[in-house]
Amino acid sequence: MRALSFAAGLSFAARAAGLALTAQAAGLLFAAQAAGAGELRIDWIERQVTPPPVLSNMQARPEDLGRAGAALALADISTTGKFTGQSYRITDTVVPPEAEFLPAARAALGAGARVLVVRAPAEDLLALADLPEAKGALILNTAAPEDALRGPGCRANVLHTLPSYAMRADALAQFIVTKRWTRLALVAGTHPEDTAFAAALRASLTKFGLALAGEKTWAYDADMRRAAAAEVPLFTQDLPAHDLLLVADEPGDFARYVAYNTWEPRLLAGSEGAKPVGWAGVVEQNGAAQLQNRFREATGREMRAEDYAAWAAVAALGEAVTRAGTTEPAGLRAWLLSDAARIGGFLGRPLSFRPWDGQMRQPIPIVTERAVVALAPFEGFLHASNELDTLGPDRPETLCQAFGDPE
Amino acid sequence: MIRALLLSTFLAAPALADEIWVTNEMDDSVSVIDVATLTVKATYPTGERPRGLTFSRDFSRLYICASDSDAVQVMDPATGAILHDLPSGEDPEQFVLAPDDRLLYIANEDDAITTVVDTQTRKLVAQIDVGVEPEGMGISPDGRVQVTTSETTNMAHWIDTATHQVIANSLVDARPRHAEFSPDGAELWVSSEIGGTVAVFDAATKAEIGKISFAIKGVQPEKLQPVGMRFSPDATKVFVALGPANHIAVVDAASRTVERYILVGRRVWHMAISPDETTLFTTNGVSGDVTAIDLATLEPLATIKVGRFPWGAAARPTSD
Repeated sequence: MRALSFAAGLSFAARAAGLALTAQAAGLLFAAQAAGAGELRIDWIERQVTPPPVLSNMQARPEDLGRAGAALALADISTTGKFTGQSYRITDTVVPPEAEFLPAARAALGAGARVLVVRAPAEDLLALADLPEAKGALILNTAAPEDALRGPGCRANVLHTLPSYAMRADALAQFIVTKRWTRLALVAGTHPEDTAFAAALRASLTKFGLALAGEKTWAYDADMRRAAAAEVPLFTQDLPAHDLLLVADEPGDFARYVAYNTWEPRLLAGSEGAKPVGWAGVVEQNGAAQLQNRFREATGREMRAEDYAAWAAVAALGEAVTRAGTTEPAGLRAWLLSDAARIGGFLGRPLSFRPWDGQMRQPIPIVTERAVVALAPFEGFLHASNELDTLGPDRPETLCQAFGDPE
Repeated sequence: MIRALLLSTFLAAPALADEIWVTNEMDDSVSVIDVATLTVKATYPTGERPRGLTFSRDFSRLYICASDSDAVQVMDPATGAILHDLPSGEDPEQFVLAPDDRLLYIANEDDAITTVVDTQTRKLVAQIDVGVEPEGMGISPDGRVQVTTSETTNMAHWIDTATHQVIANSLVDARPRHAEFSPDGAELWVSSEIGGTVAVFDAATKAEIGKISFAIKGVQPEKLQPVGMRFSPDATKVFVALGPANHIAVVDAASRTVERYILVGRRVWHMAISPDETTLFTTNGVSGDVTAIDLATLEPLATIKVGRFPWGAAARPTSD
């Protein structure tokens, strides 16, 4: 699998080389924005983790998850760069599950990493951000969805391109409101990610005037591949009457067996059924089909939310270099957090970053396996300045203090 | 059956009315609107996902970008029959026909290439490397400069049509969708969908000389996404389609200020002006219709239902 992602990288490089001839000539004639000319080193810092055991491993997590998105964006911004005289390079630091993370991260910083695109769990991300060597660096989080990272635990040197739990939960809650589904129940797993997403769902329901009629915790240890048809009806039988059953099963463990096995015939949403996600292979409007085609051609698989977050991080950096005319982390950060940032992201609205917590503003598709059911934010959820700020903590609600008073 | 029926309707209709032709992106068809009656008088099947369309100078041929068929199709507008395909490169989205009526400049969106095809010999003349996702295609009235905009690279690439080399690149705001030269060739206008602006360049010096922003009361700035543009027949105004803002902006070409906004259908893409220069037609993608606007009063006249997701528009005079 490593070899595969490498091969994809090479094909990008080969393509860039093929374009290089005209690029050089063209680059010379591009005078206006030559200020940022040079090379930007981008560091891909990945903490590999052993995923928790799940009941079915038929749909494995791709080994180049995230990194493939970064590779595609590198090709995109390098094409722009050949016209502006700017080049980009990604330097990889991939830490296996059994190895120590911080020494590897420190080594990367020592070797000159100043702009880091990170795929790591929240605790590793924070440890990296808090290293003295990381002061003044620009870190883009592409993999940790925890709300605390955008709240009390936010760091001034960390921006986030993956949507938070709160953003996804708000998107789903808005969808539920527009559907006028008022009777809701929740089943949550016991994994920490399940607990966190369930908490975000509860908070979002309250935020949008909804309430849970009841909830249950899924703590079964039977093999549901064999027992779902017998166990799930009984498990869901004593839930109060509901239109929609919310499920919090972020590792993708049990919820697939809940579908079609509930006591009453009910729709699912959350981690299964209608899923609020940062991205999925079914997203095709707003020019997304072109991005999906390029990704599929390079990797032979569909683009996932983590791939998109990494793509968006690298694409945003390229845009910041071009527009701000600098490769300095402080200058890039300032541009990304400014009103000037209107980054194309194939979701129908410009992407930008919230100056109060560093989170990227983005529409959230609600998807099934086969289609985009809806795209949040929805009509009627009004906001004084940007409807995207109805998803996730808005400026008045933020618990993040590291970004100072942006007004 | 349906096609035969529509065809007979077309033949029975009076032959003197001018027409607006519209591609229906999700129906794989073109709709023909009768300008006099403001009704659809014919619908013809095309290749998959038709987008850009343009007529030959004598209006005897219609070129259609059938993007998902990877072809530029050539249609006989008198019969609706597809005559042949041109070698277009992959995923042709938009194109522009040179004033010589011969060379077609095609944006190959998936390949970061502008393809030049000779419509007479049906041969590929050149392929020019441009930025990622080329889309907007403009050509100077004298035919000497072709401009391709790239949506993800955010540039207007100026191509010398004599050498087919890129001679300059101009950075514009995010996701440039359309490039339009002023009729006198002095200015180039480029719309940026995600940036929300239109940049105006001096075509001689290639320097940016103006930038236009939009504001509509009650519409969020993020929804003001300029796409298609057309100069008015007297070149004093530029009509700018604002996509999901569902309005056309009327821009004074000299002062580059917005004079007014006209409400049209949902997700407005492109426009065509009737050959008698009285009516502007807009394709409204999401609502699946076309709005006809009186150019004298700038008021909408009618909404015409066409196929699913109308995208491109082109006018054809039929009176002799």
